[in-house]
Amino acid sequence: MKKLLILSGKGGTGKTTVASAFIKLHNAKVYADCDVDAPNLHLVTNQGIKPKNSDYYGLPKAKIDNLLCVRCGICMQHCRFDAIYKAEVYKVNEYQCEGCGVCELVCPNKAVTLQPDIAGQLTLYDDSEVFSTAQLKMGRGTSGLLVSEVKKQITSPSIKTDLAIIDGSPGIGCPVIASIKGVDMVLVVAEPSVSGLSDIKRIIKTAEKFQVKTALCINKYDLNLEKSKEIERYCDKKQIFFAGRIPFDDKAVKVVNSGKNIVDCDGEAAEAIKDIFNSVYGRINGYKHTPNED
Amino acid sequence: MAEGKTQIAVLSGKGGTGKTMLSVNLAAAIENSLYVDCDVEEPNGHLFLKPSTENEKNVFVQHPKVCEQSCNGCRLCVKFCNFNALAYIQEKLMVFEDICHSCGGCALVCPQKAISEEDRTIGKISEGKSENVKVLTGVLNPGEQSGVPIISELVKMCRKEPGTTIIDCPPGSSCVVMDSIKDADYCILVAEPTIFGASNLEMVYELVKLFNKPFGVVLNKCLKDKNPAEEFCKEKGITVVGKIPFDHRLGKLNGDGQIAVRESKLYKKMFSDLYVRVAKEVKHEKVINP
Ligand code: SF4
Ligand code: SF4
Ligand code: SF4
Ligand code: SF4
Repeated sequence: MKKLLILSGKGGTGKTTVASAFIKLHNAKVYADCDVDAPNLHLVTNQGIKPKNSDYYGLPKAKIDNLLCVRCGICMQHCRFDAIYKAEVYKVNEYQCEGCGVCELVCPNKAVTLQPDIAGQLTLYDDSEVFSTAQLKMGRGTSGLLVSEVKKQITSPSIKTDLAIIDGSPGIGCPVIASIKGVDMVLVVAEPSVSGLSDIKRIIKTAEKFQVKTALCINKYDLNLEKSKEIERYCDKKQIFFAGRIPFDDKAVKVVNSGKNIVDCDGEAAEAIKDIFNSVYGRINGYKHTPNED
Repeated sequence: MAEGKTQIAVLSGKGGTGKTMLSVNLAAAIENSLYVDCDVEEPNGHLFLKPSTENEKNVFVQHPKVCEQSCNGCRLCVKFCNFNALAYIQEKLMVFEDICHSCGGCALVCPQKAISEEDRTIGKISEGKSENVKVLTGVLNPGEQSGVPIISELVKMCRKEPGTTIIDCPPGSSCVVMDSIKDADYCILVAEPTIFGASNLEMVYELVKLFNKPFGVVLNKCLKDKNPAEEFCKEKGITVVGKIPFDHRLGKLNGDGQIAVRESKLYKKMFSDLYVRVAKEVKHEKVINP
């Protein structure tokens, strides 16, 4: 099973719209949403069945036992994340604590222990299709680990299919790195603007670090033709496979808001996405020559 | 909080909602403001403000360095590290820098004092000026895991600044966002008129409520059709401080990296008015919630 990851550097470029269109076009049996901070794919994939939910435990959080604490403040001095503060007693701010365990190590009175912490929820729709998604709890940091769990959920099931489609998360930090690891190809959805160009350069640099094949398409390309050209030239220079352009389509917003898939309605945007899917699909399967691959 | 000093954080559940567009234009519409780009993974504000670079400093984290002669392979450090950033392989201690959280625990735990700490650059902060706006930009180097140390440094730098500060926050509602709004007096949540927009708005709404921050919503790219984000505001009784219509000209200026406020009187008025409304809200909050 090949894995295609869709990224955008930043949200709002239509990444989820493209991902959901691909899922529909391919009649994908396996897909995932790795944007654990703000998952959206479930809003457009119409899952009828009840999912299996499971708690995701992130790193533990420190807890101070007031009865044992002698208020020496050593823990506070050593915490590099400013997570310990002095109220009447010493307390741990759960949003700052990274669970490193240094306070537990330095406390002379064994007043600190690390406690397990539920950092989010993993969700798996596992029926005729497998859809893996998750939601990180507010303010929990280690989303990279949760992303890896989301991806793990799609590698275990019994369903046989040739292509899994993964909606990535925005940015270039740990969740994105976790979503890139082990995929066969990254499709970057770019937006024709100054910021769009800057974002894709950073995301492509990150993908290069992991030596993943990269393709790119431009969404709403006609909103700024010069910037679109510039992005294409950049792809050319970087030898990134240019998969196509999607025109701005007023109807698209309406279609998506009504909970429908963009490829369900006719239109230039839908046609363009179909072409892009076909070329990306061909491209990802064209890599059969790599050794050690099935 | 010093008199006359106000921090406004601009948030959105996701990128692409117009958060940076709003932040830079607000900053440009106010006299002597400070614009701070906390979206360190994808800082875009400087593309619009095009500030001069007056000062640049690197941001470091500390990571462990092992003295092979002193290490006896007891593996206490490996056992301690909750992030699995250490491994003892082939009689050698390996440090995986990119997953190390720089907690300093391994150096403390080592009975041989074989571990010391070294600085490593993870990004930078540049300081500059763009006409009436002072600009602070944090940049995380690609391939680095966490921008938190850069954001913490930016937050510290802001504390020293007088006047009105506009903080352009990272997207989402994760730890980096919380760090960015730590000192904010008021939060502006920017939302798009789609079901995604409403769902993302709900997330940042939960966040600002959790942190007890006063806030209001700016509805961006408004079309004539129904607006799920606006409906969400009505339902929850959230103040809408501004509505920006979907506007090809604004979109084009923005796409070309221009500051709309500096290009046209009309936009100047639009964002100044918005600021006045926000300032009123902030004042109100400061009175009832000092
Ligand atoms: S576990 Fe680490 S981050 Fe948490 S309070 Fe203790 S020292 Fe600070
Ligand atoms: S180090 Fe232990 S005893 Fe000292 S203040 Fe911290 S928790 Fe209390
Ligand atoms: S704790 Fe010190 S001596 Fe033991 S393995 Fe680690 S570095 Fe070596
Ligand atoms: S500094 Fe902390 S996170 Fe880094 S290797 Fe040492 S124990 Fe692990």
